[in-house]
Amino acid sequence: MQWEIVIGLETHAQLKTQSKIFSGASTAFGAAPNVQACAVDLALPGVLPVLNKAAVECAIRFGLAVDAQIAPRSVFARKNYFYPDLPKGYQISQFELPVVIGGQLTIQVGQGDKIYEKIVHLTRAHLEEDAGKSLHEDFHGKSGIDLNRAGTPLLEIVTEPDMCSSTEAVAYAKELHARVQWIGICDGNMQEGSFRCDANVSVRRPGGPLGTRREIKNLNSFRFMQQAIDYEVKWQIETLEDGGRIEQATVLFDPDTGETRAMRSKEDAQDYRYFPDPDLLPLAISSDWIARVKAALPELPGEMKQRFETDYLLSPYDAAMLTATRDAAKYFEDCVTFTGLPAVPGPVERGESLPLQGGAMPGVAKTCANWVMGELAARLNKDGKDIAAAPVLPTQIAQIVRRIVDNTISNKIARDIFDALWNGDGDDVDAIIEAKGLKQITDTGAIEAIIDEVLAANQKSVEEFRAGKEKAFNALVGQAMKATKGKANPQQVNDLLRKKLS
Amino acid sequence: MSAAPTLIQASLRELGAALAAKRVSSVELAQLFLDRIERFNPVLNAFITVDPDKTLAMARAADVRLAAGSKDCGPLTGIPLAHKDIFCTEGWLTTCGSKMLSNFVSPYDAHVVDRLNAAGMVTLGKCNMDEFAMGSSNETSFYGPVKNPWDTGRVPGGSSGGSAAAIAARLAPAATGTDTGGSIRQPAALCGLTGLKPTYGVVSRYGMIAFASSLDQGGPMAKSADDCALLLNAMAGFDSRDSTSLERPVEDYTRDLGKPSQDLRGLRIGLPKEFFGAGMADDVRAAVDAALAEYRRLGATTVEVSLPNSGLSVPAYYVLAPAEASSNLSRFDGVRYGHRAAEYVDLADMYAKSRAEGFGAEVKRRILIGAYVLSHGYYDAYYLQAQKIRRLIANDFTEAFRHCDIIAGPTAPGVAFAFGAKSDDPVQMYLSDIYTISTNLAGLPGMSIPCGFGAGNMPVGLQLIGNYFDEARMLNVAHRYQQATDWHLRMPGGL
Repeated sequence: MQWEIVIGLETHAQLKTQSKIFSGASTAFGAAPNVQACAVDLALPGVLPVLNKAAVECAIRFGLAVDAQIAPRSVFARKNYFYPDLPKGYQISQFELPVVIGGQLTIQVGQGDKIYEKIVHLTRAHLEEDAGKSLHEDFHGKSGIDLNRAGTPLLEIVTEPDMCSSTEAVAYAKELHARVQWIGICDGNMQEGSFRCDANVSVRRPGGPLGTRREIKNLNSFRFMQQAIDYEVKWQIETLEDGGRIEQATVLFDPDTGETRAMRSKEDAQDYRYFPDPDLLPLAISSDWIARVKAALPELPGEMKQRFETDYLLSPYDAAMLTATRDAAKYFEDCVTFTGLPAVPGPVERGESLPLQGGAMPGVAKTCANWVMGELAARLNKDGKDIAAAPVLPTQIAQIVRRIVDNTISNKIARDIFDALWNGDGDDVDAIIEAKGLKQITDTGAIEAIIDEVLAANQKSVEEFRAGKEKAFNALVGQAMKATKGKANPQQVNDLLRKKLS
Repeated sequence: MSAAPTLIQASLRELGAALAAKRVSSVELAQLFLDRIERFNPVLNAFITVDPDKTLAMARAADVRLAAGSKDCGPLTGIPLAHKDIFCTEGWLTTCGSKMLSNFVSPYDAHVVDRLNAAGMVTLGKCNMDEFAMGSSNETSFYGPVKNPWDTGRVPGGSSGGSAAAIAARLAPAATGTDTGGSIRQPAALCGLTGLKPTYGVVSRYGMIAFASSLDQGGPMAKSADDCALLLNAMAGFDSRDSTSLERPVEDYTRDLGKPSQDLRGLRIGLPKEFFGAGMADDVRAAVDAALAEYRRLGATTVEVSLPNSGLSVPAYYVLAPAEASSNLSRFDGVRYGHRAAEYVDLADMYAKSRAEGFGAEVKRRILIGAYVLSHGYYDAYYLQAQKIRRLIANDFTEAFRHCDIIAGPTAPGVAFAFGAKSDDPVQMYLSDIYTISTNLAGLPGMSIPCGFGAGNMPVGLQLIGNYFDEARMLNVAHRYQQATDWHLRMPGGL
């Protein structure tokens, strides 16, 4: 039987502000329990909240980055419930009037030929405060409360039920994750809980009415999200096909068993008794403020990808890869800039396949792109390093690319130099070339002498070539390159060898 | 000390002058009132906490400032006052009249306390009050009822009843109070004092334990309008820690009081016909009418105005105030401070027992009402409806102020009543605030000034209601009356 999966996500992104959303206490992670909780966070009698402007600015940035509407007037409301890590007995959130309305994210789903684009619509995004943490271990039957996190600013981002598979949900979550980091409002650290998702999942007959949803809470990794949704969908379909009914519920995903289990059903759903917080005035955001935030907003990944394709003649794939994060994009663009060379072949050269190492002239930008996505990405991945902390700098990649373009070194030698830089064996590309004698041999006389030696020593290959075996030619090139320890210009070797054998 | 009878009757200006002239020291003044508290408080129960060591230390510091000369001193330096126990005071027990906070020593000062400390005032102690300011008779205090110094068989009013009784009995020259539905004005009326509730947002609520955030406002209580103006100068002003605090130019509320030219000719006093209906007791009516006659004699004219929705003020208030209170009081859960039940089986039980034991009946009643009106399915019918009424009531005042400069009427429908007279009937009790509540709903400033005596020789209060930020004019209107009468100088016998 056919089933359609319907998924909506609610994401809590912790905003990268210095202080909390309604108090002056620090938001830094990892301090000793309760040292970053001031009188307001502790909800002492008589204290009052004051809204942190920086948190509002994050919300405006987000709204602008997803083509949403910024509400000129939004309202903070109290969500009332009792829990020991909720000091006031209510959470200050936004309910009827959120700060960000609508918006959308375009996501790339799948891989290779099956890749497709999809637009996920956002319902809203609203500001709220985080609760503290209850610590149930180490207190001998009691619970400890750490209020350092209490009052940390969150942006809760809610989608429409637009996603139809766990793959789409994960693609959306990844895109959102990248976007909030791109615009600098969230550090995206999922281990520390800076970015966590709840997934609302239901299934239905194609074209039928929406099924009853269950909400999977607190998914803090993309892998768990995929597993949890897959399990939940399977469970819901099996339940329905067995003639059962889905009850609206909140469920938790257990990574150890790979299963979801109900935490509370709709019957125990709390009445939060929302009402506008009388301690806070309605949040008014002027069009001037929005304009100022917009002016300071970085180029967004979609625009940047388009620009990379146009300005650097990169493929959509390369452009997408290089604009996956702002750090990668900046690294790439720095490489191109620091070469000091035209990024793309000029009108004369373009498409003309200038001879270089036997292949077409790819252009400086493409060469830089290959280095960033190839050698650099591989080494970063292997060493578990972030591109912002790469030991090889864009200036150095640029220098390598310059030396490739001006035929000083071959690609193979370039990789050796990259290794040397990565391992800290020197920091100047030219100095390494000089010191290690890696300079490419371009002196025709010298190459000719070597070729003569190679021809003399490989009479058999020469005969085979003359007999029409093209493969034998490649073997001779290989021998010549080997004899120069890879330093000969391969194109020159090719040309001279052909001349000698003709 | 032979000066004592004069000093306990003295105005704040007179006390300031005596201190400046070194006729009395701040320590002597503090000791004088501490002695009176020691003597009379056991009967009146106006104070919850007195700490002579702390008081005298503050007085000594004030004396140092006074000795250093005028540059560091203001008109209030060295003058003692009492704080309603709703204001957080660093190092002092701050109970809010509740068992829930019977062990809470505040680690910080409320903004108002901060300002008055900075002005050099000396804290005499913390005054009794209705629990969490919920009450009109001071009978809901965990620390027992406060007695009215005019007749100890009667209530002092509430919720700032301790502050009122302390001043009436001359146990303190002045005190802070808070007013959510009449809690400054009604006890001022019942104890023969002058009390002022400022425009909402004029006095910071930071450190004032919240009852109903959108209605609460701190203000001064003292013997005269002049005293209140001096105190308001110190209490008012923008505070960045209170988002509802208003950023306005600093005002001198005493500016008109000394000017002979500021008489009342041309002043239009509006008399809301709804305030002069059947609900008002005859003795109150007689005193209020006499006061209005005095105003006319002073040059003012009276005009009838209408506040057609004022009949809805009590029901709207008893939806909105409990709604906010039910949420504001959620922080008292026994987790971080305050009362926690000695024994409990689990978390829910700890909450239930701690709150059941820590809160009194009236507080519980209002939490239940508040939780109910905010509940899913009832919110629109109660809370939203009440907010609409609130808007209508504010509009009524705006319309009324097109025809008058100030509004006058009774503060309370009757004089102070006997203990127990209304405590079994919440609705009767709530009606004690029928004339004061609409001011809070509209956010307007209001005052009560003594205007005579009614049955049992109990004081009657005249209420003045000003337009937004019109405190200075309201104080002047009160001051002119007090220049012409001496009701505000009367003090109870036997003290």
